Amino acid sequence: MSVFSVTNPLRLRKSELSFKDRFKNISWLYIFIVTLIASIGIITLYSVANGSMDPWASKQLIRFAFGLALIVFIAMTDLRIWIRYSYIFYFFTLLLLIYVELFGHDAMGAQRWINLGFIQIQPSELMKIALVLALARFFHGTSLQENETFKTLLIPIILVALPVLLVLKQPDLGTAVMLTISASVVFFLVGVQIWKFGIVALLALISMPIAWNFFLHDYQKQRVLTFLDPQKDPLGAGYHIIQSHITLGSGSIFGKGFLQGTQSSLNFLPEKHTDFIFTVFAEEFGMIGGLLLLALYIALIIFGFYIALRCTSFFGKLLALGLTANLFFYVFINVAMVMGIVPVVGVPLPLISYGGTAMMTHMISFGLIQCVFVNKDIQIGRSGANPDN
Amino acid sequence: MNRDGDKGKMFMKRAAILAGVQFFLLLILVSRMYYLQVIQADKYIMMAESNRISMRILPPPRGIILDRFGEPLAVNNQNFRVQIISEQTSGSLVDALDSLGKIIPLSPSDYEYVQKEVKRKRAFVPVTVAENLTWEKMASIQLNAPELPGINIDEGLTRYYPYGYETAHVVGYVGPVNEKEITGDPLLELPGFRKGKTGIEAQYDLPLRGSGGFRKIEVNVLGREIRELEKNKGIPGAQIDLTLDIRLQKYALEQFKKNSGALILMDVDNGDILALVSAPSFDANIFNTGISNDEWQKLASDIRKPLVNKAISGEYSPGSTFKMIVALAALESGVISSSTEIYCGGHMELGSHRFHCWKPEGHGYLNLIEALAVSCDIYFYEVARKVGIDKIADMAKRFGLGVKQEIDIPGEKSGLVPTQEWKKRVFHEPWQQGETMLTGIGQSYITTTPLQMAMVIAKIANGGKNIKPHLIKKAYVDEPKNIKISKHFLNIVKQGMNDVMNDPQGTAFYSRIPNQLGGMSGKTGTTQVRRISMKERESRLLTQEELAWEERNHALFVGYAPINNPKYAIAVIVEHGGGGASVAAPIAKNVMEKALILYQEEVKNKQNKIKE
Repeated sequence: MSVFSVTNPLRLRKSELSFKDRFKNISWLYIFIVTLIASIGIITLYSVANGSMDPWASKQLIRFAFGLALIVFIAMTDLRIWIRYSYIFYFFTLLLLIYVELFGHDAMGAQRWINLGFIQIQPSELMKIALVLALARFFHGTSLQENETFKTLLIPIILVALPVLLVLKQPDLGTAVMLTISASVVFFLVGVQIWKFGIVALLALISMPIAWNFFLHDYQKQRVLTFLDPQKDPLGAGYHIIQSHITLGSGSIFGKGFLQGTQSSLNFLPEKHTDFIFTVFAEEFGMIGGLLLLALYIALIIFGFYIALRCTSFFGKLLALGLTANLFFYVFINVAMVMGIVPVVGVPLPLISYGGTAMMTHMISFGLIQCVFVNKDIQIGRSGANPDN
Repeated sequence: MNRDGDKGKMFMKRAAILAGVQFFLLLILVSRMYYLQVIQADKYIMMAESNRISMRILPPPRGIILDRFGEPLAVNNQNFRVQIISEQTSGSLVDALDSLGKIIPLSPSDYEYVQKEVKRKRAFVPVTVAENLTWEKMASIQLNAPELPGINIDEGLTRYYPYGYETAHVVGYVGPVNEKEITGDPLLELPGFRKGKTGIEAQYDLPLRGSGGFRKIEVNVLGREIRELEKNKGIPGAQIDLTLDIRLQKYALEQFKKNSGALILMDVDNGDILALVSAPSFDANIFNTGISNDEWQKLASDIRKPLVNKAISGEYSPGSTFKMIVALAALESGVISSSTEIYCGGHMELGSHRFHCWKPEGHGYLNLIEALAVSCDIYFYEVARKVGIDKIADMAKRFGLGVKQEIDIPGEKSGLVPTQEWKKRVFHEPWQQGETMLTGIGQSYITTTPLQMAMVIAKIANGGKNIKPHLIKKAYVDEPKNIKISKHFLNIVKQGMNDVMNDPQGTAFYSRIPNQLGGMSGKTGTTQVRRISMKERESRLLTQEELAWEERNHALFVGYAPINNPKYAIAVIVEHGGGGASVAAPIAKNVMEKALILYQEEVKNKQNKIKE
């Protein structure tokens, strides 16, 4: 039974799965792991506030509860609705991005928010899902041979380039990087030749000095320089990185214990409730805690792979693995960033970092992955309709 | 569907590659985590601790200094400071200072200083606006506290010298630590910490300083204190008891009036110094509260040199006060006996050079005791010529001249005892007999400090006990060794010194001390600081009053009392004061008399106590 009764142009037949079947098909283990990770996030936010639910943990808890309902709701939708509305969703989000560009709410020197009064929406976050949806929709309808031609790739490249350029202009280097990576993953999965990636990488390398001189903001340049040598200016730009290392390292193997982290409670650690929250957790729970958290993410990722492989429809495969790869790169870039392996680009840790839109984006993403899982056996025609249509 | 199958196969292949890439990236993360949290953990644990923990040094109270009867000479006073904490002020910093300015006067430079400091320091760090407030000012600030948010009173300790003027050269003073004095003791690096600069304060700086306590506190990233982890109060500085009697010290300094000079009064048996005066003095407190440039210039450029401790670092020709040493050398070598008479005709010739007695008409025939009493120069020229410089020098050195006395304050000079060998070494010229003769009356190259002369007299008085001078009260003094000298010869010299004061012919007869106090023996000295030309001698000697101050003679006096059972030795020099008998002896007499009276009282009190 479908919640949406849809008409033209892509008519769906009545769903083959009952409400009960769908509910049963949801992987509750997956949702349990998501809950575990989010719980670690809430506990850590509690610790970051020196043992207080306010100002972060309580809000995060409410958002997570809402997000949990959202996962289940999305999981029980018909996957074909998503393929049908993927372009609409994409263009709507693109419009929001343009709107933000024009009237956006200024936060931390970057225009990222739409203030609806009761909630602030960050369209660039939504775009992470919309882009994967649109690309999955596009490549669902192409053949491998077509994917190997440049002509076919023109439209998806435009689909990627538009939001990336808009996000870069905000400026939000982190999101632009994430969008590019998840798009690349989809391109990679649909069989675009590896040498083409090589050419793009080469072009990027060549254009780097140009970007450095004309497009990067001073603070972005500073971040890159700081990444290369944090000790150069230990009290200035390098301070974050050094304190982040101290926080992590001083946690040692077993950690200092819950609420015992000195680096965060005494405010030596910057951005401790957002980008650097992993170090807070690792300071209190040590490498053991850090590894456990990574293991939980890995479990979700392995699950994502399983779902993608198990799924019948190519759209579902692409969507599940695209979003799962997205999750992986979020975790990787965030942790690598606080460990000083990559520059600080402002990528939050999924489900742990404080932030409403990011939480919602990930919950929608998990919902969609579950939706793919629930609809794993459904076949979808090349045009996006039922095969027998 | 074949095309879709290809797509599916490609997807599988690419998904596998993707999984491989992700696995590889994960491996990097885990190994980096291992590196930071296991291999480098110790380093980062230490860095986290040093982030978190801040040590605050607690200065211990400086040891107090007392005189021999417990009168405080150096204490720590409560110092009230006004501080401003910029984050707590209600309006602007200037407004806060304006309202404070209604209670205590603030200069534009105070405003500048505070504004500069506030900018430099974090908003919760107090900045000192004014120090050393009077109790009244402090109270009125406290009273107006509600209208003065961000302004508070801080109590600290500041060194205070109740007898700052009288004890400046003995107790010394403390001052800010300069870069060169930093030794590694963290106390010295505390802002506002004071270190002993001169006198006892410098000599015993370490025991007086004590050792610093600390507070180990947890701080946040702004350096604000979160909680105290550990506290150690440290060890307060040790109390120091001096041998000084502040009553005598004060009285002695007063005797100098506007004169420049030095005085030492000491116990002949144990080396206790009861008074050590260098005149003029200065108020030691000004160095602690901050001395203005003008004040400093005035002190530093004064020709009477108030900053120099003349008692231990003034090197003067001993003049006639040296004649006892010459007499002892002569007696010991056997060139004279106590009855050897020499004729004084007012002058004598050596080659083409004529030597004058201070009395132009001469003393006639006199023996050693008479020669000491009237201080005949011809007698001692003759005796010195007969003894020779090296025997005189040997005797002088036996009494401790030419070397430091190792008194327990810094700045002591050693004086000079010339010998033939010395002159050859320094001037590459042979010693002249005329120089021996001049040394016989304590002139030419020989110099001594007032402390050394007091020591010589103390050793004559105590029968040759080689005591050491000291300012720190000691519970126990080693029985000193004796100088190798015949008691008989000492008694002859002592008789001469007795006659100086108690024979009507004696040079210091008018400064004698009455018999009920036991009387005093002594020796006057007057030393020239300029050469008297032949022309001047032929016409008329200029009187001292006709000369510029710095060309006038130095007046000296040394002595001991009581005569029969000596207790104290005294040495006085009045720079450019004129005659030893007329200027130095009366000062010595007054001080000695007072010392004897106080001593008698002390003995009486003790006896009364024993009776009770």
